[in-house]
Amino acid sequence: MSATSHITVTVNGESREADVEPRLLLVHLLRENFGLTGTHIGCDTSNCGACTVHVNGESAKSCTMLAVQADGAEIKTIEGMADGAALHPLQQAFWDQHGLQCGFCTPGMIMQAAWLLKENPEPDEEEIRAGISGNLCRCTGYVNIVKAIQQAAGELSAAESAPVVAAATTEGQAVSADPAAAG
Amino acid sequence: MIPASFEYVRPASLDEAIRILNEREGEAKLLAGGYSLIPLLKLRLGQPGILVDLQAVGGLDGIIQTDDDLRIGARATHRQINENPIVRETYPFIQDVSGGIGDPQVRNWGTIGGSVAHADPASDWPAALLAGNATIVVRGKDGERAIKARDFFLDTFTTAIEPTEVLTEIRIPRRAKGVGGGYSKLERRVGDFATVGVAVVGRLAEDGTFRGIGIGVTGVSPSPFAATSAEQLVVGQAPSEDLYRHAGDAAAAQSDPAADVRGPVDYKRAMVAEMTVRSFRTAVERARAFA
Repeated sequence: MSATSHITVTVNGESREADVEPRLLLVHLLRENFGLTGTHIGCDTSNCGACTVHVNGESAKSCTMLAVQADGAEIKTIEGMADGAALHPLQQAFWDQHGLQCGFCTPGMIMQAAWLLKENPEPDEEEIRAGISGNLCRCTGYVNIVKAIQQAAGELSAAESAPVVAAATTEGQAVSADPAAAG
Repeated sequence: MIPASFEYVRPASLDEAIRILNEREGEAKLLAGGYSLIPLLKLRLGQPGILVDLQAVGGLDGIIQTDDDLRIGARATHRQINENPIVRETYPFIQDVSGGIGDPQVRNWGTIGGSVAHADPASDWPAALLAGNATIVVRGKDGERAIKARDFFLDTFTTAIEPTEVLTEIRIPRRAKGVGGGYSKLERRVGDFATVGVAVVGRLAEDGTFRGIGIGVTGVSPSPFAATSAEQLVVGQAPSEDLYRHAGDAAAAQSDPAADVRGPVDYKRAMVAEMTVRSFRTAVERARAFA
């Protein structure tokens, strides 16, 4: 057991600190130290993208980054996407288009899609498929995932149609943890 | 999968990084994007005593063109290279290679220096650097060394960098008139390592024949290699489908593939030939367009 490092990260807008072993992976920091279990561990080999989060605005596979590498960084996870009870347009679009089957890949898909739409607000289908090529859906539900991203792209780029509120429907879905309540 | 324990430091300068490498020689590993190193640590194929993170070292990710070279800082990500205006304007071959590595998340963080220093026998950059006659610049406590790509990739995961040196820059000869490159990769699915990858960079003389040629091959031998016997067939000849096929056959003969989940030996050899032909077509088309 080596000495721990003290790190400070901003997660979904909130500054958080932890004493960690240098070998701790970012995904474990998020899930175990901070209780943000919306970020999933799938393959654990940087293939599947289920652990995708944003680090300083860029999408990253958090199973392939050390927590100490993220010291000082801004991190955004799936828990930071909704605005209170109002789903992010991508979350709503995955709901509307049935862009999930088992739901395991969904947090990573949504975070990667959010990064894609930041880089390219109006992607065509081919660009969407290339953009999520680092994210695997083991249910193979790609058709509806692509439709969901297309729906969200339209809504996000259409100047600002107010985000759809779906307060009664969040329970038990991918929007799992409230960061303020997480331990 | 949890890596074995190690210490972690984030030096603020290259000199400090080199000092640590010297003090902890044999124990220290450099960390850039981490997309090659961290999977290795998680599998415990590597157990360094200390990781030296280069993220706070400035000046390592520039991309500039001089009179002689395209110079790519070691910590430039695949994506930075792919989106760089000089690369997009003049080096479509480099753009192709950088855009085909891994997936978007890997390209956001993975770096050219990390890939090259890691020297995975199936990675893309080594083939490109061998074909493009690149130079790899490393720095140690006594200064800089420039190593030709052809003297750099020694064996599987083994390069000419000393444990106390930092890879700082990749230099690719500035594109001259009549030069064009192509890279063709066969992969089982997007984001997989290359089953076979072949890079071809050719220079056409004014009479249309090959004045120079570089062919780099990855995925089909213990280390990426230059297909020298194929190169010798091509110099001085006029481009033709027959010539490409002969070169492809020579490159296939020089390869030493292992049978694995990506295919048997004969298949891989056949694919070396085919990828060579495809890269020749692209390279010659681009060379003619850049006359």
